Amino acid sequence: MSAGGLHPSQPFPDAARETLADAQMRRNLRHAAGTIREKRLRAVAEVANWEDIRTQGASIKDTVLGNLAEHLLELEASVKRRGGQVHWARDAGEAQRLVADLVAAQGVSEVIKVKSISTDEIELNAALEARGIHATETDLAELIVQLAEDRPSHILVPAIHKNRAEIRELFRHKLGADLLTDDPAVLAEAARVYLREKFLTTKVAISGANFAIADTGTVCIVESEGNGRMCLTLPDVLISVMGIEKVLPSWADIAPFMQLLPRSSTAERMNPYTSFWSGITPGDGPQHFHLILLDNGRTDVLADKVGRETLRCIRCSACLNVCPVYERAGGHAYGSVYPGPIGAILTPQLLQLEDENANSLPWASSLCGACYDACPVKINIPEILIYLRGQITPHKTPNAESIAMKTAAWIFNEPHRFEGAIKLAHTGQGPLVQHGAIRALPGMLGGWTSSRNLPPFPKQSFRELWRRENEGEQ
Amino acid sequence: MQIDLFITCLNDALFPQTGLAMARLLRRLGHTVRFNEAQTCCGQMHFNTGYQAEALPLIRKFVQDFRDAEVIVAPSGSCVAFVRDLYPKAAEWAGDEVLLAQVQELGTRTFELSEFLVKVLGVEDVGASYPHRVTYHPTCHAARLLRVGDAPLKLLQNVRGLSLVELPASDQCCGFGGTFSVKNPETSTAMLADKVANVMSTRAEVCTAGDNSCLMHIGGGLSRLQSGTGVVHLAEILASVEGEG
Repeated sequence: MSAGGLHPSQPFPDAARETLADAQMRRNLRHAAGTIREKRLRAVAEVANWEDIRTQGASIKDTVLGNLAEHLLELEASVKRRGGQVHWARDAGEAQRLVADLVAAQGVSEVIKVKSISTDEIELNAALEARGIHATETDLAELIVQLAEDRPSHILVPAIHKNRAEIRELFRHKLGADLLTDDPAVLAEAARVYLREKFLTTKVAISGANFAIADTGTVCIVESEGNGRMCLTLPDVLISVMGIEKVLPSWADIAPFMQLLPRSSTAERMNPYTSFWSGITPGDGPQHFHLILLDNGRTDVLADKVGRETLRCIRCSACLNVCPVYERAGGHAYGSVYPGPIGAILTPQLLQLEDENANSLPWASSLCGACYDACPVKINIPEILIYLRGQITPHKTPNAESIAMKTAAWIFNEPHRFEGAIKLAHTGQGPLVQHGAIRALPGMLGGWTSSRNLPPFPKQSFRELWRRENEGEQ
Repeated sequence: MQIDLFITCLNDALFPQTGLAMARLLRRLGHTVRFNEAQTCCGQMHFNTGYQAEALPLIRKFVQDFRDAEVIVAPSGSCVAFVRDLYPKAAEWAGDEVLLAQVQELGTRTFELSEFLVKVLGVEDVGASYPHRVTYHPTCHAARLLRVGDAPLKLLQNVRGLSLVELPASDQCCGFGGTFSVKNPETSTAMLADKVANVMSTRAEVCTAGDNSCLMHIGGGLSRLQSGTGVVHLAEILASVEGEG
């Protein structure tokens, strides 16, 4: 599995086999996902015009994506006008260098971070470490993951796979905290004491961005703990790394997202902290602000007329919380910082459908459709999964599956071939049938019969029985 | 009404009794039914697995086979959802305007059995009798793509002798997902394990649904565990009359 970033180190079915074996993680996930699913349904039900707001959110995002370059140029001009600096990064490497150079220019070796999936995407912490700069995560869950030398398994709740007892042990070992209980308030206090010192002594902070408003040059971070607010206001230098799709045209466009995001992600009516900043304000907050606009494959996603809908995503993680596949296999099985249904469509597209392991992700879904129902910006994830499967399949070299599929299509093209094939299946299945059921299939179908029986082909197909019953009538 | 039966490839080959039951039921309600033997498969398996070039001829063939049908009714929410929801996408992605217009029109004539009975014919009591303890699994495509809602439940509530027990976490996918269960057998099995446990917790004699594919999956798990609970397609329950079931 990958240490971060986008590239999974093995195909989904193999990674899932490993994570499914972790019974504790499955229990943790099942409990967490079940709780948040119910809370989200209640929070959404409170809003009478929820469907209209979803449509509005999707439509604003589509407007932006329809003319992304123009909105980004406007954002750049506005940020500069307000005293900030703007940098463009084509890929992860460019973004890493930009951030590391900016930090090095300050002559410091410590930075604090606001939870940011875009910096996880570019594996920023590891790149900074290689330059002798240590980044401390200040979001509680990100801190847990960092201290455990683990990887996030959820977009919003990176440590969702860990329970209280595991966290208590971690804090005792890594923070030297004298913890007698695993009461959440006690655990949070131990982290608070550790982080408070970091906030007050560190000169440079790094964040992502939830939204950026083109006409005012305002960047926005939405969070729950207040650690973000600390990072955004206390240090002298603020560096924000933002995926280029996060731009919104104007101030008024933020309103629907402030309703969609908290209810979809944490099932709250409103999140506790929403920070907006426009460039710099002399004497108040960071005196140096750098905005890094990250492409890293996004313009390729944008160029695809079906796939581009993926870029509407506001990273709320509602799709993860309702996904039956995510709930069982867990976030690590996706091998990317973007797990779950959105990850299954975003990761392979960002990698331009060229990564053999990431290309297994569009099949990591039963197409049950729960993610599409939950998505606050109406990304039709099942449809994009199917579309991507169609884009990836033709590039594969012929194999047992493609031969079987092509043969099946040839059979289905003629009813007499289909009828003949059913007869042949009935005759040929003989040795496989035991006590009226098929209990073991050969080859690639073997996985099916590892846990379930198959009914045998009956003696006569529907068409044969129909012909006999309706003889003379038609 | 003249009804064209859309017997999916899975029903034709593995579950012929479901198609016969649906035909019997529709006739009992006073309709004439027709089965065009030229039909084979709607192409869902190919399209959804990534073989879209192979699916297109099957889609065109389906359009051809059902061009004269007044209404098309199938015992499968999944295949009907594919025709109604994804045929237009297939045409769009292939850039075929003529096919797009054809399949959009075709979609308005194609129905899943329970939605056809309740929403089109306005029938909630089909005069069936089935004296058993039954639980109902709402299949994902019927529930989320077709939005059949409580149509199947209304039909079941009016079956004589049937005692309907609620399935816990019924909206959770059973983990079949067509080739998903072959490509990701372990994840699929983990999903199935929860579904089977929920079915067994109802102590129902029968688990029913509007799709034989999901029932094949759930039934496969129940049978492996020798649970004693069987699976029966909704059409077969609705076709049962006193003295049968």
